[in-house]
Amino acid sequence: MSERPLSFLDRPNSYIGKSVPRPNAQRLLQGRGVFVDDIRLPRLLHAAFLRSPYAHARIKHIDTAAASRRPGVVRVVTAADLAGLCTPWVGVLTHLKGMKSAPQHPLARDRACWQGEPVAAVAAESRAEAEDALAEIAVEWEELPPLASAEAALAPGARAIHDTLGDNLAFARAVDAGAVDDAFARADAVVAETFTFARHTGVCPEPRSILAEFDPGDRRLTLYCSSQAPHMMKEIVLRHFPLAETDVRVVCRDVGGSYGVKIHVYPDEMAVIALALLLGRPVKFVADRLESFVSDIHAREHRVAARMAVSRTGEILAIAIDDLTGIGPYSTYPRSSAVEGNQIVGLTGSWYRSANYRARLRVAFQTKPPMSQYRAVGHPIACAVTEGLVDLAARAIAMDPAELRRRNLIADEAYPWKSPAGLLFEKLSHQRALERMLELMDYEGLRREQRDLRAKGIHRGIGLASFVEITNPGPAFYGVGGAPISAQDGCSVRLEPGGSVTCAISVTEQGQGTETMVAQIVASVLGVALARVRVVTGDTERTPYGGGTWASRGTGIGGEAALQAAKALRANILDLAGAMLQAAPGDLDIAEGWIVDAETGARRIGLEEVGRAGYFRGDTLPPLTQPELMATRHHQPRDYPFAFTNGVQASWLELDIETGFVRLLKHWVVEDCGRMVSPLLVDEQIRGGVVQGLGAALFEECLYDAAGQLRNGTLADYLVPMAAEMPDIEVAHLETPLAGTELGAKGIGEAGTAGAPAAVMNAINDALAPLGARVSEQPITPARILRALGRL
Amino acid sequence: MLTPARETRRARWEDVLKAPSFAYLRASSLAQVFDALAEHGEDARILAGGQSLVPALNMRLSEPRLLIDINPIAALTGIERRGGMLRIGALTRHSEVGASPLVARLAPLIHQAIPHIAHPAIRNRGTFGGSLAQADPAAELPACVLALDAVLHLASRRGERAVSARDFFRALYETALAPDEVITAIDVPVAPQGTRSVFVELARRRGDYALVGLAAEAREVGLRLVFFGVGNKPVEAGAASAALAAGITAERIAAAQAALARDLDPPGDLQADGATKLHLARVLLGRAARALMAA
Ligand SMILES: Cc1cc2nc3c(=O)[nH]c(=O)nc-3n(C[C@H](O)[C@H](O)[C@H](O)COP(=O)(O)OP(=O)(O)OC[C@H]3O[C@@H](n4cnc5c(N)ncnc54)[C@H](O)[C@@H]3O)c2cc1C
Repeated sequence: MSERPLSFLDRPNSYIGKSVPRPNAQRLLQGRGVFVDDIRLPRLLHAAFLRSPYAHARIKHIDTAAASRRPGVVRVVTAADLAGLCTPWVGVLTHLKGMKSAPQHPLARDRACWQGEPVAAVAAESRAEAEDALAEIAVEWEELPPLASAEAALAPGARAIHDTLGDNLAFARAVDAGAVDDAFARADAVVAETFTFARHTGVCPEPRSILAEFDPGDRRLTLYCSSQAPHMMKEIVLRHFPLAETDVRVVCRDVGGSYGVKIHVYPDEMAVIALALLLGRPVKFVADRLESFVSDIHAREHRVAARMAVSRTGEILAIAIDDLTGIGPYSTYPRSSAVEGNQIVGLTGSWYRSANYRARLRVAFQTKPPMSQYRAVGHPIACAVTEGLVDLAARAIAMDPAELRRRNLIADEAYPWKSPAGLLFEKLSHQRALERMLELMDYEGLRREQRDLRAKGIHRGIGLASFVEITNPGPAFYGVGGAPISAQDGCSVRLEPGGSVTCAISVTEQGQGTETMVAQIVASVLGVALARVRVVTGDTERTPYGGGTWASRGTGIGGEAALQAAKALRANILDLAGAMLQAAPGDLDIAEGWIVDAETGARRIGLEEVGRAGYFRGDTLPPLTQPELMATRHHQPRDYPFAFTNGVQASWLELDIETGFVRLLKHWVVEDCGRMVSPLLVDEQIRGGVVQGLGAALFEECLYDAAGQLRNGTLADYLVPMAAEMPDIEVAHLETPLAGTELGAKGIGEAGTAGAPAAVMNAINDALAPLGARVSEQPITPARILRALGRL
Repeated sequence: MLTPARETRRARWEDVLKAPSFAYLRASSLAQVFDALAEHGEDARILAGGQSLVPALNMRLSEPRLLIDINPIAALTGIERRGGMLRIGALTRHSEVGASPLVARLAPLIHQAIPHIAHPAIRNRGTFGGSLAQADPAAELPACVLALDAVLHLASRRGERAVSARDFFRALYETALAPDEVITAIDVPVAPQGTRSVFVELARRRGDYALVGLAAEAREVGLRLVFFGVGNKPVEAGAASAALAAGITAERIAAAQAALARDLDPPGDLQADGATKLHLARVLLGRAARALMAA
C-alpha cells in the first residue's frame, strides 16, 4: 500500500481555493441578523450620554436633579458616581519606549478634552426617555483654550493638555539606517514633498453597541457587544471591574463591520458596564450616527515631510521622512495610538532596495477625539509617501515610473530580506506582481491612449503603487507591550453523532466571511460537505481562547488552527473507524462523509456510524478503545514577527481641469496573500479595502474648526464613497505560500486600503503633470486640484 | 382626533424612537389640514414625503408638537395640462414627475433636473411641493420653478392665493408660505416651440445636494439663468444673461462668465469656499451656454 500524504489541498472534493456561497449570507440579507440592538432582555434599560460640546472645558458643576425626575429615568450618573466601580486605564504599550498618556475614566472628571467626550449618562426605560432627560442635565462649563492641531500642541511653550505629563508629546521615534547624508550628497536628483492626510473615521454600518447584563445574585456579567476581540474585552473587564474570571462572559453575535473601530476600549462602553453593575439591570447602548462621529476612534491625521535621493540611472539612493501626527487627548487603550505612526516609520520605503533610510516620528496630544488603529493602520500613508516620492523621482530623471519601480523593488530571489527599519520579509513577489500588473492593465496601451486623448484636451492619469501589508502578527505586536491581547488562536472541532461537524473558533465574524473560510478548511480536511459544518464564533464561554479579528490574521492564524484541529480530529476518527472495521487507520480515508478505503475509494461506513458508535454504542467497540471525537489545536506565529504580503495597485482616471473633478475609470490590484482559501472572499476583501482607500483619497475628512469643533459629523456632510463614484476593480493574484504553516495563508484584509490612495494620488498627479501642477493633500478635493492648477 | 404618538408607538418602537414626542394626524381632506393648521400654527408641521422632515425630527433640529400627514389627500397629486400651464400637484413624487411624458415634453428643464435629486428610494417618497416648501438653497426644483416663472398655489382656511416663484423664495429655508398655509399645486408655463433647456449640476457624489448647479431656459422672451447652491436661495443671474441677450457666441460667453461676479457672491460651505463656487458657476455657465448654442 502506498503511503498517502495527508494533504487536503489536492483532494478532488477540497473546498480550498474555491469560491463557495457564504452560509450566513442568506440570513443576513434577509434582515435576520442578530445585532446588539436586536437583543431584548427583560427589565432592559437604555443608556444615553451627555457629551462635551466643547473641545476643552472645565466641568465646574453638574446638576442632574431635574433629569433624574424625568419619566422613565432610572439613574443619572457622572464620573463621581462610577469612581469606585471602574478603575482608570492608561493607553500605553511598554515596548514603545518613552510612550506616555494620562489616566482615562468612563466619564470625564473635572475636565473634558474633546468635543464628544462623555460627561454624564442616563439610564432609562427607553432610549427616547434617556435622550429627553439629557436635555435636563445642567452643566456649568468653563471653556479652556483648545489645542486642535498637532503643530500647536508641540509648539514651544504650548500648555500641556495633561499637567502631569509635562508636555504634549505622547511618543517619538527615530530611525537612521545606512548613510543617508552621503546618499543625498551624491544624488543626481533629490525630490521633496510634504504630504498631508486628513483625519477620517471608520463609519461602520452597525454602530458601536453594547449590552451589559449583570446578575447581582451570582455576580455574573454577560456582555453582548459588537466587538472584534471578545476575549480581549473580557480581560479588560477583569482588569477594571471587581469581577472574577469565572463570572464574565462576552458574546458577539452578528457584527456589522468593524474596520478596527471595534477593538478599542471606549469610555461610554465602560460606563454602560458600570451602570449595569450599579443598577443590577441589563443596560444597552447603541451609538447613534451623530455620536459615532465624535466618539468612535478617528484615524490618520498625519503630515509627512519626505525626501528621496535618486541617481540618473534610476537607483533610489535614500529616503528620509518626518511624520507628525495628532492623536487626541488620550492614547487609546489597550492598543495605544502610537502604532499608526510607528508603522509609518517601519513601512515607508521598505519594499525598495535602498539601505539608506531616516525617519522621525512625533505623536502629539490634542483636543480632538482619540485617534487609533483603523483598517490598514499607517499603510496608506507609508505607501502614498513612498510611491508619491517614486513618481516625483521618475519625473525628475525623466524615467518611466514603472521602470523606476522595476529597477528598485526588492528582487524576488533576494529573500529573506531585512528592511533598513528592521522589518523581516520571509518571501515576497514584488517584481512578478509588477510585471503581472503591467500586463493586466496593458500599461503601454494605456500610455498610448493617454497621449492620444491629451492631444484632444482630455486629461487622464495613470498611477501605480507597490505596497506591503503587515499580517498575522505575533505577540511582538501587543503582547510584549503588556496589552491583554492574544496573538494566538484556537479551534475545537467535534464530530456529532449524525456525522456533521461543529467547530468553535476564536477568530470572529464581522461580515467578512470568517465562518465560511473556517468551514471550507474544516470540511476539506474532514471530507464532509460544507453544509455539514457548523462554525461557532464570538463567545468567550464557547470557543477556545484567542485574539479575534484584527491585523489581517483570521485566515493565516485562525485558519491554520482550524486546519490542525481538523487534522487531529480526522486522525481520531480514522483510529476509531479502524477499530470498528478492524483495519489499519492508515488504510482508511474520509470522503464525502464516508469512511472509505484509501486505496480504492470504496465506501465502508458513514461518518454517522462512527459518531453513533463513539457516543452511544461504546459496548460494541474493542476493549480499551476510547473514542476522542473532539480535537483542539492552537496556532501562534513564531518564525517571523509578521507575515508580510505584497502587491501593486493601479488607477486610471480622468481629470476635469475646469472643475477639478476626478472620475475614476478603472482600478487594478495584483496581490499575493499566499494560499487563498476562498478567492471570492479574498477579492471582496480587496475591493472593500480599495473602496475605503478611495474614500480616504478623494472624499473622507473630519473637518474641524480652530475651536476643535467637528463641522461635518453627519452622513450628509461627511462623504463616504458611494457605488456610483467607484470604478470597476479588477483583482489578480499571485500565491507565494507562507512558510512555517501548512495552510500557507497570509492576510488580505488591509491590502486594498493600503495601496489605493497612493495609486489615485499618483494618477491625479500624472494627469496634472503636463500642466505643471501637483497635489499632495488628501482627500484630494476639487478645490485642492483647482488651487494646484492656479485656477482659484 | 389627535393621537399622542408616543403612546401608540411605544409598543412597537420602544427604544428606537429618536424624535421628540409629537402627535400625529392623518388628514383625509384639505379642510382637515386647514383646521389643524389654523389651530396649532407654528406648533404643527405638514408631513409630505418626510425625506427632509423626518431626518430633522430624528436629529431633533425641529420639534413640532403635531405632524399633519397629507399623504392620503388624493387631490394633491397628479400632473395635467391646463391650457398654457402644466399643473403639478404638490404631493406628486419626484419619481412620478421624472417618469411623466407630459413633464418631459412641456417642462423639459424639470425632466432633466429630477435625476439629480437624491437617490431612487428618496425620489419615490419626496414630493414636488415638499421640496419647494423646504426651500433648500442647494435643491434642484426651487431653481427650476424660478427659471420657469412657475406659480405656486397656496391655500388655507382663509382662502387661496397664487404666488409667483420669484416672490416665493425669501431667504435660507424661508418662503412666502404662512404658518397656516399648504402648497396645493404648482403651475408651470408650458414650454413653447423652440425652447431650449439645459440643466447642469456639480455634486461631489451622485445624488448629493449640489455644490453648484444651473437651471437654464432659453425662450423667445429671453434667457433665464438660475443658479443654486450659491446663496441662501436660488439666484437669478441677470447680468450674465444680459451679456448673452444678443445671442450666444464664444466672446459673449466669456463676458457672461465675467459678469457672473455681479450676480453671485456665494458663501462658502463645507465642500467649497465662495471663490471655488464662483469659479464652478462660471464653468457651468460656459457649459450650459455652449449646450444651448448647440441645441
Ligand atoms: C439622503 C437625501 C438626499 C437628498 N438629496 C436631495 C437633493 O439632492 N436635492 C433635493 O432637492 N433634495 C434632496 N433631498 C430631499 C428630498 O428631495 C425631499 O424629498 C424634499 O426636500 C422634501 O420633500 P418631502 O416631500 O420629503 O417633504 P417633507 O420632508 O415631508 O417636508 C419638508 C418640509 O416641507 C413642508 N411641506 C411639505 N409639503 C408641504 C406642502 N404641500 N405645503 C406646505 N408645506 C409642505 C413640511 O412641513 C416640512 O417643513 C434629499 C433627501 C435625503 C434624505
